[in-house]
Amino acid sequence: MLTALIFLPLLGSLILLCLPRENHRALRGVATFFTAAELLISLLLVARFVPGQAGMQFTERYDWIPSLGISYHLGVDGVSLALLVLTALVTLLSAITSYSITERVKDFYVLLLLLETGMLGVFAALDYVLFYVFWELVLVPMYFLIGIWGGPRRQYAALKFFIYTLAGSVIMLVGILALYFGSGLGTFDMLALQEAGRSLSSHLQWWVFIAFFLGFAVKVPIFPFHTWLPDAHVEAPTGGSMLLAGILLKMGAYGFYRISLPTLPDATQAFAVTLATLGVINIVYGAFVAMAQQDLKRMVAYSSISHMGFVMLGLAAMTPRSLSGAVFVMLSHGLISPLMFFLVGTVLYERTHTRIIDELGGLYNRMPVAAVVLAFGIFANLGLPGLSGFVGEFATLLGSFDVFRTLVIAASLGLVITAAYHLWMMQRVLMGEANTVGGVGLLPDISRRELLVAVPLMALILFLGVYPAPTFAFFNDAILRLQNMVQLASLGGGF
Amino acid sequence: MAELAWVAAALPLLSFVVQVFAPGALRRRGDWIGITAVAASFLVSTGVFLETIAGVHLHVSYPWATFGDRTFQFGFQVDALTGVMLVVVTLVSLMVHVFSLGYMEGDIRYGRYYTILSLFTFSMLGLVLADNFLELFVFWELVGLCSFLLIGHWYEEKANSTAAVKAFLVTRVGDIGMLIGIFLLYSVAETLQYQELWAKLPSLTAGLVDSRTLTAIALLLFAGAVGKSAQFPLHVWLPDAMAGPTPVSALIHAATMVAAGVYLVARAFPLFLSAPASLYWIALVGGFTAFFAATIALVQDDIKKVLAYSTISQLGYMFLGLGSGSLVAGSFHLMTQAFFKALLFLASGSVIHALHTQNLHEMGGLSRRLPVTTWTWIIGALSMAGIPPLAGFWSKDEVLLAAFHSGRPVLFWLGVITALLTAFYITRATWLAFFGEGRSAARARKEAVHPDHPGHRGGEHVHHVHEGDWRFRLPLLVLAFLAATAGLVGSSWFGHPFTRWMEETMAATAPAFHPAELSPSVFVQLVALLAALGGILLGWLVYGARVISREAVIAALRPLYALLKHKYYLDELYAWLFVRTTVAFSWLAGAVDRYVVDGAVNALGWLGAQIGFSAGDFDQTVIDGAVNGVGQGVVAGSHLLRRAQTGYVTTYLWVLLGAMAAGLLAIAIVAIR
Repeated sequence: MLTALIFLPLLGSLILLCLPRENHRALRGVATFFTAAELLISLLLVARFVPGQAGMQFTERYDWIPSLGISYHLGVDGVSLALLVLTALVTLLSAITSYSITERVKDFYVLLLLLETGMLGVFAALDYVLFYVFWELVLVPMYFLIGIWGGPRRQYAALKFFIYTLAGSVIMLVGILALYFGSGLGTFDMLALQEAGRSLSSHLQWWVFIAFFLGFAVKVPIFPFHTWLPDAHVEAPTGGSMLLAGILLKMGAYGFYRISLPTLPDATQAFAVTLATLGVINIVYGAFVAMAQQDLKRMVAYSSISHMGFVMLGLAAMTPRSLSGAVFVMLSHGLISPLMFFLVGTVLYERTHTRIIDELGGLYNRMPVAAVVLAFGIFANLGLPGLSGFVGEFATLLGSFDVFRTLVIAASLGLVITAAYHLWMMQRVLMGEANTVGGVGLLPDISRRELLVAVPLMALILFLGVYPAPTFAFFNDAILRLQNMVQLASLGGGF
Repeated sequence: MAELAWVAAALPLLSFVVQVFAPGALRRRGDWIGITAVAASFLVSTGVFLETIAGVHLHVSYPWATFGDRTFQFGFQVDALTGVMLVVVTLVSLMVHVFSLGYMEGDIRYGRYYTILSLFTFSMLGLVLADNFLELFVFWELVGLCSFLLIGHWYEEKANSTAAVKAFLVTRVGDIGMLIGIFLLYSVAETLQYQELWAKLPSLTAGLVDSRTLTAIALLLFAGAVGKSAQFPLHVWLPDAMAGPTPVSALIHAATMVAAGVYLVARAFPLFLSAPASLYWIALVGGFTAFFAATIALVQDDIKKVLAYSTISQLGYMFLGLGSGSLVAGSFHLMTQAFFKALLFLASGSVIHALHTQNLHEMGGLSRRLPVTTWTWIIGALSMAGIPPLAGFWSKDEVLLAAFHSGRPVLFWLGVITALLTAFYITRATWLAFFGEGRSAARARKEAVHPDHPGHRGGEHVHHVHEGDWRFRLPLLVLAFLAATAGLVGSSWFGHPFTRWMEETMAATAPAFHPAELSPSVFVQLVALLAALGGILLGWLVYGARVISREAVIAALRPLYALLKHKYYLDELYAWLFVRTTVAFSWLAGAVDRYVVDGAVNALGWLGAQIGFSAGDFDQTVIDGAVNGVGQGVVAGSHLLRRAQTGYVTTYLWVLLGAMAAGLLAIAIVAIR
């Protein structure tokens, strides 16, 4: 089942390769069909998933390179399955958004489907080599998406993205090898190495932790490894931005969840204060830098950095509440940030041909429905209760409060800045007298196809905000098991 | 009936949803849906209220979310305090809905206006029905959202949108304090649910938690109240919020939302009682704000600004009552103020609608032209000034009585002086607006643009000053009736029935609500009455009889006058201290990010590229590549990209698959070695 989910897009991309490149309709249709099928399959998995059951579900395991202990091992828990669904959803919406791409349509969708395989693989892999392969597989299509369909500085942005994340992942590879050799088990199996990692000497645990940390930190991204992100976002095509913010950033956080916490609990404990501090720097510093931005996409990119800080804080605090809050923030941000990038990158930009905040203005009166959708996104992003952003942030801060009191207070104060830059942007972009950017008078309002992208995201943001119980119930057991494991390790491991 | 209390909140929500999804399909742009919903909601609320009079109280809750190992609830509770709030909110909201039919007629965003009114009514009812602090906070923010949207109703004007943003952000500062208070509360009590908390409170105070922590929780929660109820030093948003339509000022910024802070303290009163130090601060902030805002109200020329500062001052009064240990005094004054202040705002709206100015010095002599407005205003003014037997007298008496018994004579006398100032400034406003000679605007004048109505844009027409129809008069008459009589329920003539009922029923819901037991004092009543009469007399001497020259007083007190006129320069101070430093700091952070953090990255990349070029060695394995992967990546990447842009990507996709296989092979080789 998981294999089908992961490799169906690859099949799709092979079919696309055989289609004539002029037939845009067929290319878009096939790509949409495959991404939609992915969403259906992922929902089918959800229906068959048993939240309370211990261990991984839908596991598949075949020997791959037995002499090295490399296996093809897949499986999911509540957290990874939720991320799989999110990936399938955002990829579908990204595919629909990208109908507006008219150059090299075939190549674009081939890469998009390849990217989907990579992302899904990362969230389902239970073998380090497999994980690493998928991790790298994500890098390459995204590099081309930015480098070919990007804005004027796409070369610089794509290279920066590529080199930065490549450097991070190569260091991660070193960590994987150290874990492999250090454990002496002769296996790359994640679950087997979970036990082994805990019995490594604390010295080695530290080094392995740092290697993984660098790999994940670039992806999240954690301050000060974040500067590739605004450049990548500004240049990336909207469909790419949606996936970059919605899914790719979650890969780093997921790495901490799947690898660092359960496998290296002592080192994670030792670095917890550092991680939490970096998380709060992300929140507060990200918000301040976002306020200084003139380009809407840059602003939203920095707000992503700010929001990922909550995930880091929650992961570092390692209480059941903070961990489930962190996962919820991942899901919520995975819905809100694609919506925001879609709005500023496509809906606004294609009509006004600018993303400079001071050049926009009065959009409430010029494209009323689109403006209300943007206002919705802004309030979701600034954490208005009733929408999903608030729930995750509340759970994270509440859960981290007992562990990092001062840091939580600092992060809470950052929420004022978050509200400030969002509303200030709203005032300058939506309110005020209508100006003549993009033509005189009314602009064409949000189209039916664009609503098809925005409405599902808005509905889910609202649902997660109003009634979060089912979503939490979906992954709470996985969180509790992880927290148990970490706690046991810290009790038992008296290095 | 009480178990159906949630229906009162659900009806406006339904109305909101219908108006959002069918804006074009509705007749009259949906106003009737909002009015029907809030009218029905008022009936339900009245039914619930009648049951609470009989002592009914209940709470119902359902799981909302389980964060890891802890479950948080969502539900509603009904008791005496909620019963009173339900009726006040739905009644004032209904009156405002009706008044707006006329006031907002022809507005460019009439439909949006009614839609948000429904959302507000829902959120405000949710706030008073909430049975735990998390739920309270959710609705607390939602009423703030509605306030933001309605202050910025005419967002074309920059001043209006700035006022909206300012309101949201200043209250947000308080809200963050409240949020931290909630975290701290949960950390020590492990529940946010009122009933569970009151049950746990005795064991907490018995020594598990030190009193400083409890005081910190109480004061942090109070910070939220300071923001929402516009108390010093977070009051600066409320006067600017007058940029919104006047009926909105009446509903949100006078009667209901701004009273939410008072409601919060009243709701969490057991907590505050168990941290007595916090009560002292509440009384101090309330007493000071009451006096402070009243002094600013003395010199305002804009009729809405007078009322705005008056609202801040009256809210301060409520906190003075609460801080003096009397739950009843605060909530009683909340109720009467809601009626007389909503009345005064709507009456001012009627004046603004007729005259198209908000400047008191352009009014005058309106008593002949706007008789209903004038007389209802006068009832509201006298009620607020504290003339018996009107409502304001009884509730103010209750506040002063609590302050008198609290053993803080300074605060008591501050309250008395405030009563005098209140009577003075409302007399001044009354005289300038309704009596004397008609000044510029009060005579028929040519009018191009309605100052409070940028929505009305038409050709120039001669405008005759006349009173609005029933849509204006009915709400004024209903509220005037309540502003006159609502206080009798707490009158000493009948033995303080409101006080006794409230104290008994609240004590039944939580033992911690122990009654304040205030013995009535004729001295306090006499002092309050003398202050009110003295203020009115002074006002009449200056503005009515003109025995005391206004100009001479201003000349004699010029520095003080300037200080008041500039609202103690607080806006200027905050602009420097907070706004500019924040913006400057954000620019600094932006520059650091661009030139320092990213600069380092680019420098490293450049260095790597240099090494990569000089080495010129591309035959390294993947693992070796890790050592100088940066440099290699630059070169390889730029080659790939250049080719990709000139040729077909398709080719490279096949290459990519091959490269991945090669990479795996490389790992395998290294691993074997």
